[in-house]
Amino acid sequence: MRVPLSWLREYVDLPAGETGRDVAARLVNAGLEVETVEQVGAELTGPLVVGQVLAIEELTGFKKPIRYCQVDVGKANGTGEPQNIVCGARNFAVGDKVVVVLPGAVLPGPFPIAARQTYGKVSEGMICSARELGMGDDHDGIVVLPPEYEPGTDAIELLQLVDEVLDIAVTPDRGYCLSVRGVAREAAIAYGLPLADPALLDVPQADSDGYPVKIADARGCDRFVARTVSGIDPAAASPIWLQRRIQKAGMRSVSLTVDVTNYVMLETGQPLHAYDRHRLSGPIQVRRAEAGEKLRTLDGVERKLSTEDLLICDDSGPIGLAGVMGGASTEIADHAVDAGSGQVLGTTDVVVEAAHFDPVTIARTARRHKLPSEASKRFERGIDPEAAPAAAQRVVDLLVLIAGGTADAGVTDVAAPRPVRTITIPADHPDRVAGTVYGRETVTRRLQEVGCTVTGADVLTVTPPSWRPDLTDPNDLAEEVIRLEGYDNVPSRMPQAPSGRGLTAAQKRLRRVGRALAGAGYVEVLNYPFLGEAAFDALGLPADDARRRTVKLVNPLNHDEPALRTTLLPGLLAALHRNVGRGNTDVAVFETGLVFRPKAELSVPPRLPVDRRPTVDELAALDAALPDQPRRVAVALAGQSESDGWWGKGRAATWADAVEAGRTVARAAGVELIVRQDQHEPWHPGRCAALLVAGADGTERLVGHAGELHPRVVKALHLPERTCAMEIDLDLLSADGEQRVSGPRVSTYPVATQDVALVVDDAVHAADVEAALRSGAGPLLESLRLFDVFTGEQLGEGRKSLAYALRFRAADRTLTAEDASAARDAAVAEAVARTGAVLRGV
Amino acid sequence: MSAPNKSYDPVEVEALKPEEIERMRDEALAAIAAAGDLAALQDAKVAHIGDRSPLALANREIGALPPHAKADAGKRVGQARGAVNQALARRREELEAERDARVLVEEAVDVTLPYDRGPRGARHPLTTLTELIQDTFVAMGYEVAEGPEVEAEWLNFDALNLGPDHPARSMQDTFFIAAPDGSEDSGVVLRTHTSPVQARTMLDREPPIYVICPGRTFRTDELDATHTPVFGQVEGLAVDEGITFADLKGTLEHFAATMFGGGLEMRWRPSYFPFTEPSAEIDLQCFVCRGESVGNPDRPCRTCSSEGWIELGGCGVVNPRVLIACGIDPDRYSGFAFGLGLERILMNRHNVEDMRDIVEGDVRFTLPFGMEI
Repeated sequence: MRVPLSWLREYVDLPAGETGRDVAARLVNAGLEVETVEQVGAELTGPLVVGQVLAIEELTGFKKPIRYCQVDVGKANGTGEPQNIVCGARNFAVGDKVVVVLPGAVLPGPFPIAARQTYGKVSEGMICSARELGMGDDHDGIVVLPPEYEPGTDAIELLQLVDEVLDIAVTPDRGYCLSVRGVAREAAIAYGLPLADPALLDVPQADSDGYPVKIADARGCDRFVARTVSGIDPAAASPIWLQRRIQKAGMRSVSLTVDVTNYVMLETGQPLHAYDRHRLSGPIQVRRAEAGEKLRTLDGVERKLSTEDLLICDDSGPIGLAGVMGGASTEIADHAVDAGSGQVLGTTDVVVEAAHFDPVTIARTARRHKLPSEASKRFERGIDPEAAPAAAQRVVDLLVLIAGGTADAGVTDVAAPRPVRTITIPADHPDRVAGTVYGRETVTRRLQEVGCTVTGADVLTVTPPSWRPDLTDPNDLAEEVIRLEGYDNVPSRMPQAPSGRGLTAAQKRLRRVGRALAGAGYVEVLNYPFLGEAAFDALGLPADDARRRTVKLVNPLNHDEPALRTTLLPGLLAALHRNVGRGNTDVAVFETGLVFRPKAELSVPPRLPVDRRPTVDELAALDAALPDQPRRVAVALAGQSESDGWWGKGRAATWADAVEAGRTVARAAGVELIVRQDQHEPWHPGRCAALLVAGADGTERLVGHAGELHPRVVKALHLPERTCAMEIDLDLLSADGEQRVSGPRVSTYPVATQDVALVVDDAVHAADVEAALRSGAGPLLESLRLFDVFTGEQLGEGRKSLAYALRFRAADRTLTAEDASAARDAAVAEAVARTGAVLRGV
Repeated sequence: MSAPNKSYDPVEVEALKPEEIERMRDEALAAIAAAGDLAALQDAKVAHIGDRSPLALANREIGALPPHAKADAGKRVGQARGAVNQALARRREELEAERDARVLVEEAVDVTLPYDRGPRGARHPLTTLTELIQDTFVAMGYEVAEGPEVEAEWLNFDALNLGPDHPARSMQDTFFIAAPDGSEDSGVVLRTHTSPVQARTMLDREPPIYVICPGRTFRTDELDATHTPVFGQVEGLAVDEGITFADLKGTLEHFAATMFGGGLEMRWRPSYFPFTEPSAEIDLQCFVCRGESVGNPDRPCRTCSSEGWIELGGCGVVNPRVLIACGIDPDRYSGFAFGLGLERILMNRHNVEDMRDIVEGDVRFTLPFGMEI
């Protein structure tokens, strides 16, 4: 809502020196969100005056036609002589009144004006367009004023070019502040001044002589006031003051009748509509649309109506979408002169509608037809039903005053009985909400200030004013008192929370995982979860891959990315690509976040009530309708994981780094990771590890994958060669919780070391050899480490040698060489038995 | 070696004459002193105190002396050998020190060489900022609650007094999830705030409730310098007997002082949220210019755009309707709730100017933030 300060002052006698910023500060404290205070015409200085065009000389020979004019500016130029002005506009004639800016003035921009040579003449000033004056965007021609103003009259005052405009973002509860009247009410309270309420008018009693109105749907429309004005001069134009106020409030001036209804809406908050009396047939009816009905609205669009839409109809059918937009068939006709007959055309008699519609109905219709209007915005938030007769009267008065119309005697006011809403609160309720003591007198006074009727002593019975449909609950009343007394004046206190339990195990684990990966050289990124089919295609996922089954958005930002991620890899690889593209060739990034996997059984959650706690079953039904949302962690890396330097050669990032990242995560989570060879998209089929953990019952479960990406994936995503990645489901990884570690007994007896080299087929996995050695070595084995992998001709084709260092130690004695050898032999025997290994070099 | 002989005159044993022992000792000391390096010292040691050295040989002669002479000769030889051994040890120490000094100089390196061998990692500042905020509230006794990002509309809206036709509901720029049949009416959304976690917490447990709900939230804003469709929020909720607006003020003042330093004014503006009543928006005095940039073109402030205040978030007293929907008796309990935008705090607290830097995952942005914020 844009409120010109000059207009506001009409209803509140604000102190003369108060600036827009001062007023804004008071209103902000009262809870109005004043976004800006616009200084209209701040740079403007005169002389800027009314001029009358005396003569026009058409200059030719230029790119466009140019006029050299003599303009009477009265005594404004000091001489009384006509002013010579060059002008490029053509929408005026000799005798017209125009706005002239004289040398020495400054127009908004700032544009200093001086006499200057142009088109071979000296131009002593300028004839102004609306845009040049800061009045709007209209630059089609210069402003032609109504004839009644004298040349030389100050146009700054006349056109109200200097003002301040408060731009207020009105919250949904403050519908009444979508009017100058409502904002003035808040300003009056803030300054402790009386309000001159523009809706406080003498309105003639309703009778049965007015335009007939029938309400078939009292729930949708509980009040409909109709007034008729006849004999309007179709040629009458909106006076400057009216146009200027509408413009400053952010609306366009259209035609006199429309301008008047808009003006009164801005003034009172009551949306109004004017019908051409002669285009109405029969009584106005308010009803819901019937199936299949259509209406062409004022914007020329033919709309298919829903049976929930509330309509204004006459005998011809729908003539308006109630509270949203009028219909084309009864639109006010613009003034025109019939070329053939010379007859003046245009609307002369109007029926003015001031109605009160159900907010929900209007909101739904505006949403359904994607037609938010100034009217629907107000009806949605709830308007003052008691203001309808006064608002209609204001329109009638203005049409009579400005357009030369005559008010018809009949007054239609169809109103359903309105129940009185009262709220009962203990007088100290605001005290208990705020945590301070206001006292009953303050509470009562503040509630009365906002327009409530208050009775009672210890318990107050409060009747909110008609313009505050938002006041329904005890806390609403508490807020009124607290905000008017000032939020800043509420004391501060620290509540005593019970002793907490700190972070949960899962929260601590997530932190450890993040720290461990960052410590290992990975940089965290947080990617958007949006993706499309193309991402899965690039990863080479098979058609039946579970990751292709996604949760989809109805309204994605990007139509190529309508789904939510089922894996972190697409986002992470895109981030890696972005870094490489920006010149960072060695990148290692990680992310932790949720992925979204539709449940096997899809369902829609029940619509639950809000006046009670849902049952356990109802809540379970809500959760059942949500996808699974496990938390995952992933890394991606490319380039070198160790740089070249003075210390020697570096090392390229490899599949082993990716697998190690998995181990890093598992260690941070306090879980032991099992690594097995696997084939799984998008990884290189020969360089892909399945990552598993052993559950409490001993069964292994897959928790993720790691390795080098498939070369096709690398190519499709334009990644550096041999880009590697790892992804783990953290929830699965940690599903068993963390085992409490038992402190190991540390033997101080000497260690006995034995090395063995085993030759196996290439296809045999080191993990299996190691497992066999461990199992065979028995309890004396303290540790085992693979220290070399060797292939060569002497081993034969397809064979490899794995060299292990075994360390044996007993808890209770020094091992003899025989003890250690026996344990080693047992270990080797197991490896031979399980993997076909051959002991090398014995 | 001679056999003992009582009639034997010790004076007759040339090698054990006092002057002879003195001479051997002095020769040994001279050789030791003359040894220029450890090898020469070793030679001197062998020559003068080794098994075949004159002193060693002399020592052997002592056994041949009559008992009364043995002690005397033994003492003389012992003293001489002691002096030599002492000198030897001293000289060895000297020579070793010399050698060490020389070798260590030779082994000197340029310790200012860079060692950027392995990669550096870092955590995203939004993550570490969330943790800092969590820790601040955990220290006040709060617990951290989490919930799903794809959420039931009932929990995201209805339970929070945002009914289907509430004007504020359409103002939230919601991402809607498609229903199983592809239609729009799924009853499921990407959560627009972390408030549904508050609702879940209230449905889950009995008061007193003191929780903080950090998480990712979603609204249909295009990414630009100041907006992102995916953003972080931290919301807090306290439900207990006798909770008031004053408790809310005290809590957020403490929080602001922890995050931005003490002594800053806070401005509490009445506002509107369906889930709180009364509601407020909180501004914090700019911690950079402390308001001195307002109306002072010579001292513009980037942090607050010379407005003197930075927006901190929204808050209020929990609307009793929300308590009812979540099964909490509003006659016995009251509560407060607040919501803070993580990106905004990060941008303000760390002078980040462009939202895209936070979002795009460029490691150059994240690295300086390290492991903690």
